Amino acid sequence: MIYNIPYFAVIGLIIIGLYAVLFKRNLIKMVIGITLIESGVNLFLITLGYREGSTAPIYTLSPGGIMSMPVPQALTLTSIVIGVAVLALMLSFIIHIYRHYKTLDVGKIGGDEE
Amino acid sequence: MNIMNHLPALIIAIPLLGAFLTPLISKINDRLRNIFVILIAGLTCLLVFLLANQVFTEGIQTYVFGANTKETLNAISSGTPLVRILFEVDGLSAFMAIIGCLLPLVAVIYSWAFMKDHTGLDKYYTLILLMTAGMLGMMLTGDMFNFFVFLEITSISSAALIAFYTDKGKAVAAGFKYIVISSIGALFVLLAVALFYGQYDALNIAVIANSMQYSFLDKVALVLLIAALGMKSGLVPMHMWLPDAYGRATASVTLALIPTTLASLYGVLRVSFTLYGNNLITGNPLKQIGQIEIHLNILLAIFLVSLALITIVVGVLMALKQTDLKRMIAYAAIAEIGYMLLAIGAALSVLKTEVGNMALKGGMFHIMNDALDVGLLFLVAGAIYYATKETSLNKLGGLARNMKYTTVFFLIGLLAVSGIPPMNGFASKLLIYESVYQVNPILSIVAILCSILMLAVFVKVFHSIFLGPKQSSFEKVKEAPKSMLIGMAIIAGIIIFFGLFPQVIVNNIVTPAVDALSNPGTYINAILTGGV
Repeated sequence: MIYNIPYFAVIGLIIIGLYAVLFKRNLIKMVIGITLIESGVNLFLITLGYREGSTAPIYTLSPGGIMSMPVPQALTLTSIVIGVAVLALMLSFIIHIYRHYKTLDVGKIGGDEE
Repeated sequence: MNIMNHLPALIIAIPLLGAFLTPLISKINDRLRNIFVILIAGLTCLLVFLLANQVFTEGIQTYVFGANTKETLNAISSGTPLVRILFEVDGLSAFMAIIGCLLPLVAVIYSWAFMKDHTGLDKYYTLILLMTAGMLGMMLTGDMFNFFVFLEITSISSAALIAFYTDKGKAVAAGFKYIVISSIGALFVLLAVALFYGQYDALNIAVIANSMQYSFLDKVALVLLIAALGMKSGLVPMHMWLPDAYGRATASVTLALIPTTLASLYGVLRVSFTLYGNNLITGNPLKQIGQIEIHLNILLAIFLVSLALITIVVGVLMALKQTDLKRMIAYAAIAEIGYMLLAIGAALSVLKTEVGNMALKGGMFHIMNDALDVGLLFLVAGAIYYATKETSLNKLGGLARNMKYTTVFFLIGLLAVSGIPPMNGFASKLLIYESVYQVNPILSIVAILCSILMLAVFVKVFHSIFLGPKQSSFEKVKEAPKSMLIGMAIIAGIIIFFGLFPQVIVNNIVTPAVDALSNPGTYINAILTGGV
C-alpha cells in the first residue's frame, strides 16, 4: 500500500490540474492547472523508473546489485524542458492579452474591443 | 555516405537547420532570406518525394539514429531490447508527409508578397520551418515519446504563429486557446506513453503493438490518446479552438496549420490501426451479452462514425451562419474532417473486406483533397483580405471585375470542396458515398445532404463576394501580387490534375497508405524480424 502513494499523488495532481483548467476563470490559474497536470505526469514517469534499492544510472563504480533504468529520467528531463517552453509562451500570451483587454477573466477576452 | 540511406533524418534535419539559419540570413538581406526559405522548403519537398518513392517501390523504410540501421534491426530480431529512437516510414507516413511538405512550400511562396509589409518576418519564417520539421517528425517517427516531442514542437510553433499579429487581441486570445488545448492534449499523450512504458518496457510503436495485451491500462491509454489527438484534429465536441485559430491566423499560416491538424489525425489513425491493430482484427470479443459479441473495432467504429456525423452536421450548419469569410471556411474545414472520419469509422466496422478497403481509400484520398481544397479557399480569402483589408461577407461585393484570377481560383476551390465532378473533391467523396452506403445507407444520405448544403453555403459566398454591383469602396482594388497567384495556381493545378486523373493518385499514393492501415503486421514485422 505504501508503495502506491506516489500513484495516488499522480492521480490527485492531474485531477486538481484538470479542475483548475476547466473551472477557473483566471488565465493565470488555468496556466497553474496545466503546470500541475505536467508535474503529475512527470512524477508518474519518475515513479515508474524507480526500483527499490537500486543505484543511480550515472554511477560508474556501481557497488553491484540492480540499477534504475535511465530512460524514464531522460524522458522526464525532456518533458520538463518542453514544459518550461510552453509555460513561457503561455505567460507571454497572457501579458499580451492583459495589454489588450485589461483583464484576465476568460469570459471577457476575445471580444471586439481591441 | 549515400544520401538515399539517410533520407528520413535529412527530412527533419534540413528544415530544422534552415529554421535556425533564417534569422542570420535575414540580417543580410530580406530578399535573400525569402529565397533561402523557399529553397529549404523545396528541398524538404524533394527529399520527401524521394523517400515516398523509396517506400512505394521498396516497402517500409527504417532509420535508426546513432547506430547502423541493419545491425540494430538484426540485434532486435535476436532479442536485444530496443533503446534507440528510430524512424519508420510506411505507406501511410509517406502519404501524410507528402501533404505535410507540399502545403508549407506553397505557404512560403505565398508569403513573399502577402507578408511583405510586416515586421518580425525572420521569426515568422523560422517558426514556419520549425512547424514543418515538427509535423514531418510526427508523421515519420516510429517512437511514441518522439511523437510527443514533435507534437510539442509543432504546437509551440503553431501557437506562436497563430498569435503572430500581437497587436490584435483576438489573435493572441486564439493563440492562447490553441496552446492550452495542445499542451493538455500533449500531456495526455505523454501519460499514455508512460502507461505503455510501465507495462511493456518499450517506447517503440511496433514493439508496443506487438506485445499489446489490451489490459485495463491499455484501455485507459487508448481513451487518452484518442481524446487528445481527436481534440487536436478538431472533432466536434472539441472543435472550439479551430475556427478561432484558422480564422485569426494569417492566410499563409492557416495553410501551414492544415497539415498540422492532419498530423494529429494521422496520430489517431496510427494509434487505432497500428498500435491497437492486432486487437481490431483478431481480437477476442470485449464482452458477450447473450448471443451478441462486442468487438473493439465495432465499438471504435460506432464512436468514430457518430462523432463524424456530428462533426459534418455542426460544421456545415455553423458555416451557414458565419459572416466572416475565414471563420466560415474554418467551419467548412471541420465538416471536411468529419467526412474523412466517417469513411475511416465505417471502414473499421467492415475491416478486411472490399467495402472496407474502398471506404479507407475514400477517406485517405479525402485527407489529401481536403488539405488542398480548404487550403486554396484560405489562400483566396487571404488574397481578398490583402486587396481590400476586409473579411466580412456583408461588406464585400463585386470583386470579380478587379480580381479575375482570384475569382477563378475561388470557383475552383468552391467546386472542389463541395464535390462537383471535374474536381478532386468529387473523386474522393464518390468513393466515400459508395462505400459508406453499403455499411449503412443513412450515413451516405447525411453525407450527401451536407455536401449539398456546403455547395449552397459557398455559392452564396461566391455571389456576395465576387458578383453583384460595383462597390464604390472597392473601385481601386487591384489583383493580388504574383507570388500569391503562383501559390494559388500550384494548388489549383494539383486540384484539377487530381480531379481529372483520380485513378493515378489512388493507385500510386493512396493504395500503399490503405495497405499500411489494414495490415498492421507489416509495420510491426519490419522492426521485429530485422526489416524483411
